[in-house]
Amino acid sequence: MLSQSYYDKADEIIEQYGRKASSLIPIMQDIQGEYRYLPKELLTYVAKEIGVKEAKAYSVATFYENFSFEAKGKYIIKVCDGTACHVRKSTPILEALQKELGLSKKKHTTDDMMFTVETVSCLGACGLAPTLTVNDEVHPNMTPEKALALLDELRGGTV
Amino acid sequence: MGTMTIDGRKVEFTNEKNVLSVIRKAGINLPTLCYHSEVSTFGACRLCTVEDDRGRTFASCSEEPRDGMVIYTNTGRIKKYRRLIVELLLAAHCRDCTTCVKNGECVLQGLAARMNISTVRFENTRELRPLDTSSPALVRDPNKCILCGDCVRACEEIQGVGALGFAFRGTDAMVMPAFNKPIAETDCVNCGQCRVYCPTGAISIKTNMDEVWDALADPDTRVVAQVAPAVRVAVGDAFGLPAGRSVMGKIVTMLHRLGFDEVYDTTFSADLTIMEETKEFLERVGQGKNLPLLTSCCPAWVKFVHDQYPEFIPNISTCRSPQEMFSAVIKEHFKGYEKNQGKKTVVVSIMPCTAKKMEILRPDSVNNGERNTDVVLTTTELIRMIRTSGIDFAELPPESSDMPFGLGSGGGVIFGVTGGVTEAVLRRLVDKHDKESLDAIAQCGVRGEEGIKEFTVDYKGIPINVCVVSGLANARTVMERVKNGEANYQIIEVMACRQGCIMGGGQPVKPGARTKEERTRGLYNADSVMVIKKADENPTIAALYEGLLKGKEHELLHNTIPW
Repeated sequence: MLSQSYYDKADEIIEQYGRKASSLIPIMQDIQGEYRYLPKELLTYVAKEIGVKEAKAYSVATFYENFSFEAKGKYIIKVCDGTACHVRKSTPILEALQKELGLSKKKHTTDDMMFTVETVSCLGACGLAPTLTVNDEVHPNMTPEKALALLDELRGGTV
Repeated sequence: MGTMTIDGRKVEFTNEKNVLSVIRKAGINLPTLCYHSEVSTFGACRLCTVEDDRGRTFASCSEEPRDGMVIYTNTGRIKKYRRLIVELLLAAHCRDCTTCVKNGECVLQGLAARMNISTVRFENTRELRPLDTSSPALVRDPNKCILCGDCVRACEEIQGVGALGFAFRGTDAMVMPAFNKPIAETDCVNCGQCRVYCPTGAISIKTNMDEVWDALADPDTRVVAQVAPAVRVAVGDAFGLPAGRSVMGKIVTMLHRLGFDEVYDTTFSADLTIMEETKEFLERVGQGKNLPLLTSCCPAWVKFVHDQYPEFIPNISTCRSPQEMFSAVIKEHFKGYEKNQGKKTVVVSIMPCTAKKMEILRPDSVNNGERNTDVVLTTTELIRMIRTSGIDFAELPPESSDMPFGLGSGGGVIFGVTGGVTEAVLRRLVDKHDKESLDAIAQCGVRGEEGIKEFTVDYKGIPINVCVVSGLANARTVMERVKNGEANYQIIEVMACRQGCIMGGGQPVKPGARTKEERTRGLYNADSVMVIKKADENPTIAALYEGLLKGKEHELLHNTIPW
């Protein structure tokens, strides 16, 4: 069960965009922005409030890679796996991070809720390939070694 | 308006909404998996793709007809594409056709035969997924889903429920309720329209045939059947008889041959419903309380009100549905030791409806600690049981239903079509029995295939505003108007399925306007030849009130608790 504060926040966001079906995506984005994920209960709640069927809202939320029903870590690392990054060997970077953090294709977030590692299809920074972002900050020309060093740095608490 | 050339022949068109309709009008049956004229055009299956004179290919369902168009429907290229589409669908499909519930009726299977597909070159890479058997009425098998989205659109657009949706994307895409919840935990009303629309075995009726076979084989069990009005016009065509013709007499003979001890007619309890519901309605009008009265015959609609408009629960008629009234009366009738001869009574109700399977599980569908109806068989299951028996249905002589519960009025028969309940109530309210009076009722606006019908009738100087609805999306529209004070009705009849029970979720699937017309005509014809037109003229009803029902009307015929 979510605490009441989540629903109050959702109400606030709904009011901001208007209680209408077409506001579904911006509302979900803002909720995700607030909590770094989209709590399932809030998807159900928002759907009901703005007059969208729950199955439809779920359909939208699962269509876009960006929405996540799982709580994410403090640091969200997005490894770019677009064409440019892929040919410049982004896969070893991803694997190095996953191995170090005990993550996999199915498990994206560490148990201590510190790190989430996921791939994105293109960050639009192909000139800097291979690249990754940590909470939307871009790190260019990565290697597996540099990625692991970055993890150490983050663990030390400084970005 | 205009002319187009299809495969070298000139074809005129008028107001057809897409090229596909023009092509079909020209007598070419282009295959489709995702196109239904009653729901929005989806354009996903691409099977209706055609080619024009410039070599452009497009889906004909999603193209408006234009004057001078030149279309080819069977070029080598188109045939190759069409075959490939079916082959790819088959590749991602669980192809256990011989043991599939849809064997012989599956649209995909039919297409594979039509395209002469003998091998599938591609491997199925889809992960095997568990079946959802949570619903009392329907089974969802995601492994047989071809993602046509027909169920999604039927649930959303026709029924306004929206329990199903697409989830994920690309090769991961699947049809499921939100969060892949078991269907029983959603707002699903069990109407079964998803199953009617599903071209494959991905959504099917949860069958109870084995329970019935077991009961029939047990010598210590008295198996009693009740047959709903809409069933009689949907069985014949499965055995080569004309579609829509009432074959009640043959059904009775068949059920006796299968071993049913008693075969009763649900039109009898439709008459009971009329007696009770009319009384209730007049009381409410007198007191001005809990109006509009919402009819309670359709369990899918009753669940819809509970889920979507709980504030209107007190407006639902307390009358049990005809099925439940009847089962309660049957169980009461065979209760005494004398009558049960040491046998257990099992009531099997044969219904056009999947939601009835849910209705019998309601906490209130119980008397004396026993469930009133033991098993619900849909028309589709009845047809399967007949086929299993090997008895030649078409050649059977007709028999009349067993007494004392075999006699119903014409008003009871038309319960199976939208407006029927209201028409029967109006017949009850009018004192006169002559043909003119009955014709006047039939023409007051109660008949017809519109989803929402409104009219006003005069009852002893009081104007009564009536609304007759079929399709739950229409019901939602009406309920919103009532909620916002934009409409003032005294009675609202709702049947969840479009056109009423004749197009119920348990009926054999034969889509098309002709089916509706023929089944509707079949029921009105059955009414026309009935000697007794009104519930209150049914002598067996009067006898029942004097006998078995005395002092027990409320206990047996009404619900006491909302579910």
